[in-house]
Amino acid sequence: MTTLLELIDVTRRYGKGDAEVFALAGATLDIAQGEFVAVMGPSGSGKSTCLNVLGGLDRPTTGSYFFRGVDVGALDRDQLARFRRHYLGFVFQGYNLLARTSALENVELPLVYRGIGRRERRRRALGALAEVGLADRAGHTPAELSGGQQQRVAIARAIVTDPALLLADEPTGNLDTVRKDEIMQLLVGLNRDRGITIVMVTHEPEMAAYTTRAIHFRDGVVERDLRRAA
Amino acid sequence: MIIGSTLVMAVREVRRNTMRSILTGLGIVIGVAAVILMVTIGDSASRKVTIDIGKLGSNLLIVMPGSERRGPIAATAPPLTSADAAAIAAAASAVGQVAPAASKSVLAVVGNHNHNTLATGSTNAYFGVRSYAIARGRAFTDAELQAGALACVIGETVRRELFRNQDPLGATLRVDRLSCTVVGVLVSKGSATLGGDQDDLIVMPLLAVQRRLTGSTDLGAVFVSAIDERSTTRAKTQIEQLLRQRRRIQPGQADDFMVQDMKEITKTLGTVTGILTALLAAIAAVSLLVGGIGIMNIMLVSVTERTREIGIRLSIGALGREVLFQFLVEAVVLSTLGGLIGLVAGLVGSALLCSALGLPFAIVPWVVVLAVAFSVAVGVGFGYFPARRAAALDPIEALRHE
Repeated sequence: MTTLLELIDVTRRYGKGDAEVFALAGATLDIAQGEFVAVMGPSGSGKSTCLNVLGGLDRPTTGSYFFRGVDVGALDRDQLARFRRHYLGFVFQGYNLLARTSALENVELPLVYRGIGRRERRRRALGALAEVGLADRAGHTPAELSGGQQQRVAIARAIVTDPALLLADEPTGNLDTVRKDEIMQLLVGLNRDRGITIVMVTHEPEMAAYTTRAIHFRDGVVERDLRRAA
Repeated sequence: MIIGSTLVMAVREVRRNTMRSILTGLGIVIGVAAVILMVTIGDSASRKVTIDIGKLGSNLLIVMPGSERRGPIAATAPPLTSADAAAIAAAASAVGQVAPAASKSVLAVVGNHNHNTLATGSTNAYFGVRSYAIARGRAFTDAELQAGALACVIGETVRRELFRNQDPLGATLRVDRLSCTVVGVLVSKGSATLGGDQDDLIVMPLLAVQRRLTGSTDLGAVFVSAIDERSTTRAKTQIEQLLRQRRRIQPGQADDFMVQDMKEITKTLGTVTGILTALLAAIAAVSLLVGGIGIMNIMLVSVTERTREIGIRLSIGALGREVLFQFLVEAVVLSTLGGLIGLVAGLVGSALLCSALGLPFAIVPWVVVLAVAFSVAVGVGFGYFPARRAAALDPIEALRHE
């Protein structure tokens, strides 16, 4: 399997002097194309910071982050934005949809920044909504959708650009057991059928059970890295 | 990012907070309306003055005894005479017609109607120089002028006050103690912004007024028309040189007469209007400034309210400058909307005010363009700081924002 990304001895330091905190203290890992990885660990272990670094939202203090051989750590603000635009999709715990904006327009948003025309945008957004089973809810605003539906809209928004990497931060954190299962089935399907690499932060072992690999963080370093046959 | 979708988003955002947007734009509305109102009214007023001066005769020069510095008529200044008028007509090449005039305030009576007016003695040149036309009847005959006959041509106001529905032509009109025959009626010129009612006059042969009313051969003024509008300055210089010579004024000595031209009157009026315009422009500038600060304030509130939205946009790959552009467009939409409302309000207001003041109403194109340009500029100027703040947000912080 080809390597999609690798972190080499990455640290991320916040604050200075006595208040200095290492959120990452020398994390090294590599992820291959097509993997479905759960990133686990207690709070403060560095798993969220790791996700932010992978998503180009945060930059390593030291160490390197290579994405398809490109040193992402060396990119400037605009280049990072373009990196996110072209290669990544994000799913958050709190859904983070634009309020008072229809599901369809939320899903179209990443395509707007890609400069794709109105008609093509609409077509692809409707396709992504159908893929998450919400074709009939295109005109609804987030307030008119349940939590599970909102998260599915967020997933549609993340995959509408055919990203190389989907980053999910506690995607099932706000949902009940039945909805959790629906969302996980959806992610598993996307990983299996479309080959989208997924990195998901979670603290629930039940969710990690859906994945092919679980990386455990503790005190800013990788503690355990378990692969399972899919 | 496509400009069109940014604009659509901005308009939607403005409409989402309709009440807030209207209140925010109010400062700009008032500022732009004030600018439009003041310029349109100012323009209409000066247009009216120009029309009035045109009616007076824009190539008109008025020669009067006395110096400007010592008041209108200095006791020592010798009067002008018919000989002076004849000399001007003969010697000055830029001069067209010359009308010597002597005037007296009189009481005109017909039957039991009476009216205070001004009787002016002159020649037929007077009508041409002062741009009066005969509506009915005729001007004076040479015989009447040479003899100083008791004939008169009356203005519309005099006709209305004294004759009402009767036919004035051939009727007898008493001017002080003289009985005059009405031979003509003038076309109405209406009231002027300067000089009041231009139809309130009686014109008689010069000799009749000199002999029977003023009792002297002096002239009150000589009305002169330059051959065309461009020659007024040249005509003025020629007349001044000629009169200095005739009145034996030494070089270096001040004139004891004056030659007024309509341009000077326009200039004086222009200065007054200019001061007024500057004052109103200052008020407009202040209200645009206040309006701009209002927009900046609301945009800062908006950036804070929508921090999470900005975080979402940044995380899915929006560039800083795209976020900046989005908020800038929103500020410009707000201010331009205010500007357009102000434009309509200003134009409607000035149309109403013009009709109330009896001024001719016309839209001044440059001020319309300027007003819209200004409101766009206010949006860009005052929207930039909040927009830059939005663009500089850290995506992680912004996403965490509650």
